[in-house]
Amino acid sequence: MHTSVQRLNTLVTFAAVLLAVLCGVASFFDGFNTHSVHGTVEVVKIRKFRKQLNGNEEVTMNLNISLDMQSTFTWNTKQVFVFLAAEFETEKNVVNQISIWDHIIPDKEHAKFQTQVPSKYPLTDQGSNLKGKKIDLVLHWHIMPKSGKMIQDKLPLSHFYLPEAYL
Amino acid sequence: MGWIADGMESIRSLQIRQVLTQVVSLGMIVTSALIIWKGLMCVTGSESPVVVVLSGSMEPGFKRGDILFLHMSKDPIRAGEIVVFNVDGREIPIVHRVIKVHERQETGEVDVLTKGDNNFGDDRLLYARGQLWLQQHHIMGRAVGFLPYVGWVTIIMTEKPIIKYLLIGALGLLVITSKE
Repeated sequence: MHTSVQRLNTLVTFAAVLLAVLCGVASFFDGFNTHSVHGTVEVVKIRKFRKQLNGNEEVTMNLNISLDMQSTFTWNTKQVFVFLAAEFETEKNVVNQISIWDHIIPDKEHAKFQTQVPSKYPLTDQGSNLKGKKIDLVLHWHIMPKSGKMIQDKLPLSHFYLPEAYL
Repeated sequence: MGWIADGMESIRSLQIRQVLTQVVSLGMIVTSALIIWKGLMCVTGSESPVVVVLSGSMEPGFKRGDILFLHMSKDPIRAGEIVVFNVDGREIPIVHRVIKVHERQETGEVDVLTKGDNNFGDDRLLYARGQLWLQQHHIMGRAVGFLPYVGWVTIIMTEKPIIKYLLIGALGLLVITSKE
């Protein structure tokens, strides 16, 4: 004879195991989704290029971004966080990654768009090495699942050169 | 004197064996929980392999009560990763996204700036006074996995300790009184 406590225990355990397995399966099948992201980005205008009071250089600009992220969405995708990083190398630092624009894509319907925006965060350097510097614009995206493993990837989109003098 | 010996015998054969079994099974539960936790620590390389999201600063990605699985590898921190970090003078670790990375040429040291997806500004206001960057030693791990809602159990238990004691008491009672 089973007591009600035992029945409850079995039920709860079974439900928890089932949920865990479903989460695992959902996340596992996400691995089979091969996504191909297309996009272009261009710097329309450099708005500001100057030295901050602390001696670090700062750049703000207008961007023209066109993206198609539809293939990143599966039924286990809650949202896709996408951002544009300005990447460059200086004498001091081997890696500089500065996020200059980001956006949260809530669903597949909003995953294809074209927008002209000012940079959300200024491009800053540690020091002042930016004059005439080649800047790579790399698109990064972070697929956040409803449950399970998070997936990250990136795609270099274009590059541009900063002017030789402050604006 | 015979009845005392008989009584002792019956106690020894029934009670002690049963009590011992229950003590052992309780011990098994506690130690297996410990094994799982320490095993996760070994596998993930992070001192706390699972964290509960406590604030809404990463919404709508992470809500309060979601749990994150952390991993700490030797790979350098890069922009876009969601890291869990400690700030000097703050007890509770923070889960935010890396938005700026500077890595030194010779030493390979990193300077990292973070921001919550749902926050307006970056995290310099949250850091210790005068601190501009996070270094590698502030970072406890990067988030690799996500499970919704499960963390509410711990949130409720830390905010309403009575429920925690009731639960522990009830579970303990169940273990002790169970006959199998």
